[in-house]
Amino acid sequence: MKSQKILLIAFLSLITLASCSDDDNNPLPVNEEEVITTLEVTLTNGTTTVTLLSTDLDGDGPNDPVVSVSGNFEKGMTYDGVLKLLNETESPAENITEEVEEEALDHQFFYSTTNSIATFAYSDEDTDGNPIGIEFKMTASADAGNGKVTFTLRHEPNKNASGVKDGDITNAAGETDIEVTFDVVVE
Amino acid sequence: MTKSKVLFILVLFIHVTIKAQECNYTFNGVVEDFHDKTAISDAVVYVKNQNKFTTTDVNGNFSFKNICKGKIIVEISHVACDTKRLEFYLNENTFKEILIEHHIEELETVTIKSNSILKTTQESVLKTSAIENLSDASLGDVLKQISGVSSINTGSSIVKPIINGLHSSRNLIMVNGVRLQDQDWGIEHAPNIDVNAAGSISVIKGANALEYGGDAIGGVVIVNPENIITKDTLSGKTIISQQSNARSFSVNSSLRKSYKSGWFVNGLASYKRYGDANTPDYSLTNTGLNSKSFTLQTGYKSFEKGFELYYSYITNEIGILKASHLGNTADLVNAINSPQPLLIKDFSYDINNPKQDVTHQLTKAIFYKRFRGLGKLNFQYDYQDNHRFEYDIRTGDDKFKPSIDLRLKTHTVKADLKLDSNIERILKIGILAGYQNNFPNSETGVRRLIPDYDKIDFGIYTIGNFTFDNLKLSGGLRYDYNYINSKKYYYKSRWDNLGYNQTFASFIIKEEGNQYLTNPIFHYHNFSASAGASYKLNDKNTILLNYGLAKRPPNPSELFSDGLHHSASRIELGDLSIQPETSHRIGASYMFSNAKFNSTLEVFFNQISNFIFIEPGGIETTLRGSFPVWNYKQTNARLTGVDLTMQYLINSNWALNNNTSYILGDDLLQNRPLIDMPPFKTVNSIAYNNKKWLNFTSTLESEFVGKQTRYPNNNFYAYIPTTDSTVLVDISSTPKAYHLLNISNEISFKYAKTNFSLGFSVNNILNTSYRNYLNRLRYFSDDLGRNFKIQLKIKY
Repeated sequence: MKSQKILLIAFLSLITLASCSDDDNNPLPVNEEEVITTLEVTLTNGTTTVTLLSTDLDGDGPNDPVVSVSGNFEKGMTYDGVLKLLNETESPAENITEEVEEEALDHQFFYSTTNSIATFAYSDEDTDGNPIGIEFKMTASADAGNGKVTFTLRHEPNKNASGVKDGDITNAAGETDIEVTFDVVVE
Repeated sequence: MTKSKVLFILVLFIHVTIKAQECNYTFNGVVEDFHDKTAISDAVVYVKNQNKFTTTDVNGNFSFKNICKGKIIVEISHVACDTKRLEFYLNENTFKEILIEHHIEELETVTIKSNSILKTTQESVLKTSAIENLSDASLGDVLKQISGVSSINTGSSIVKPIINGLHSSRNLIMVNGVRLQDQDWGIEHAPNIDVNAAGSISVIKGANALEYGGDAIGGVVIVNPENIITKDTLSGKTIISQQSNARSFSVNSSLRKSYKSGWFVNGLASYKRYGDANTPDYSLTNTGLNSKSFTLQTGYKSFEKGFELYYSYITNEIGILKASHLGNTADLVNAINSPQPLLIKDFSYDINNPKQDVTHQLTKAIFYKRFRGLGKLNFQYDYQDNHRFEYDIRTGDDKFKPSIDLRLKTHTVKADLKLDSNIERILKIGILAGYQNNFPNSETGVRRLIPDYDKIDFGIYTIGNFTFDNLKLSGGLRYDYNYINSKKYYYKSRWDNLGYNQTFASFIIKEEGNQYLTNPIFHYHNFSASAGASYKLNDKNTILLNYGLAKRPPNPSELFSDGLHHSASRIELGDLSIQPETSHRIGASYMFSNAKFNSTLEVFFNQISNFIFIEPGGIETTLRGSFPVWNYKQTNARLTGVDLTMQYLINSNWALNNNTSYILGDDLLQNRPLIDMPPFKTVNSIAYNNKKWLNFTSTLESEFVGKQTRYPNNNFYAYIPTTDSTVLVDISSTPKAYHLLNISNEISFKYAKTNFSLGFSVNNILNTSYRNYLNRLRYFSDDLGRNFKIQLKIKY
């Protein structure tokens, strides 16, 4: 029957169509543009520098971040801190800190500790006079000990909510972009 | 005898005398049914231009004497048939066999609606009026009127139908004969349909409608446009509605022109605009909707042959509750523990990120021809183009870039032959072939959620329907072949972590930095079958029993998912080794009807082996924090349930209605309940109608939804560094039971040949705060508060 013939032809042409589009037409790889692979915290006191580094090159892949702490902190000392965010899946690595600075009103870092191992104070501010937290001061505890320090970056937080300007994350809301914890020692 | 009649006869006499010498021919014939050639008695045969009448005898025969030579115009009419017109030149004694068409198909459509014809499937139909009242709602909300159909929601605009506990890829949606291909695998992917384009919508529970597909483990939704009437008419319809909640406005308008000759052209356009919805206590920020659609349909319809061209376009921009977009597990814990969303702003019509922007286009061409004494042949081609953008909250240059940009194109050709010359023994055979291409745009700068793939489908089926006195039997067989050829990048770490380096090493075609480019190719062969019987015990009682065997190959999301799902705050992983799932479903129904009471009781038992589902297992840490990992797995599942529909007419003014459904879903391997099973639901209503008061109708409805007490425990513990604590993340507990009261009122009247009807309704009259287990936003916010709605329908 005629229509069966048409059907057959249509079916065959579909197969041909399908196989044509197959030939070596490989999709391009996607290198995540916004993925933050690296958080580097540099803490300086005079000539002493301690670097906290967390790197996760497979983004939301299964590998855990590689975390390193270059040294111990001295009790009671105050360090000038700077945070740096990188996307190292791109070459050269892309500096994401710049994007955070450009959208300072929509970002804020928070610092939390266990065992009261250190205290933090913001050293920078956005155009509204609220903290960003890329630059800060960290004062190590007066007594020696161990503890955890967590750096959190919130996107679109409510900076006017109670306590947020002072670095309390409880009411900040927004979406977490970074949450990295380091084990530190004060001696 | 009146003057005019005298005049008429006089004219006729003159006419006859003038041509007297040529008017001595005979014209005999027989009138038969087109399908089975049975004689049609009592058909009126009218020789129009010679003004002669006769009717056919019991054998369908007719006879005219003294017919004049020349052009003859004959009209044959019968009470249940289309009037047929014939023209020919008569210059000798003539015998003609005239075939006319009984309105079999039209009758069938009408009677299905009144449920009096025997069906062997558990089918429910929503008529035009039931759809019109919800002209501003989604398909999922419209279908919820049917007992046993519920919905799984992401907010109030993304609504997917659940049929007997199953949703997404397990249900099949047919739009005017075209299987909707719109990335139905995701829970946040609502069907792209404008309900206003539907004349009727039916739901067939289970896989007993094999002509549509062999993988409908849940069921089939059939959305059909209004029937074409071959008359000279021009008609139109406009529906305008406005709601207080979300301050929504919706308008749709259609125009239909058809000719007696069979030509027709229809057009429809709809527009919907919703702002932020609100719960009894707060506004749901960024939950607006902006929807536009139009449909064009034209063609020619006659009994013997016809064609139709159909095009529909729909675009939906849908806001997603801002507070549901999460960064990590700590955010999820904060959001769950907060009694209300963490971000509430004043009402706005603005739709910001996160949002979806989906455009769906459907083009269809169908041609049919009937062959005398054999049946009807259909030939159809359709093309669908689905383009989905999803926008997340991003930074820098990417702020306005979509995170997902998927384009799914599907071509299908199909042909079927329906052998219906004997209306009691109908046989249908069909064949179809499809080609589908998915293209995820890499310019999003986000790793692809669904990979590039080409897919080829081929299907062949046969179904039969056999009617005996009070018994109807049906059966069907179907075979489907699916071929999927995809190209996907995996992180090398993920590839090894999933063990693919052992099992699927041959798929790797290239290395690219820390990723592998792979080429997974799969072939699936699926057999499906159905059998059903219904038996009419007497005028009041009917029973039905059916069985369906269905097989569904895994969808791209079950095979290839690989990454972070923001709104669920979890990493979702597909599995390349997933096999098709197989369902054995047995359904039984009992129907009772008399003058006052109508009821349908449906029960089903659905045993699914290799049931594909997703469940948590382990935690992964990234620089964003930690996430639970959810893996697609397979188990054996069993679903059993009961759906009840009852209507009682107290008198000509008052009626009572009840819809009740209950379902049990179990994971047989892990010996625990299945997730996302609809809880017990019963809807009772009392309706008052008075034809004298402008056909006033008022319906008071009570909707009770129980607490789902059967659910799997997927809770997990997470360490929250900012508070230095380990907390239980309760993602499993179900919301408590709730009860809503709704009222709707309508009057209708006719003015200057135009039908008007005006409706006023209130949903959630008591402004009850509640959360719905099957709304994914239940973790973050309450459901909708009180809503006033006015609606004006104009038919002209």
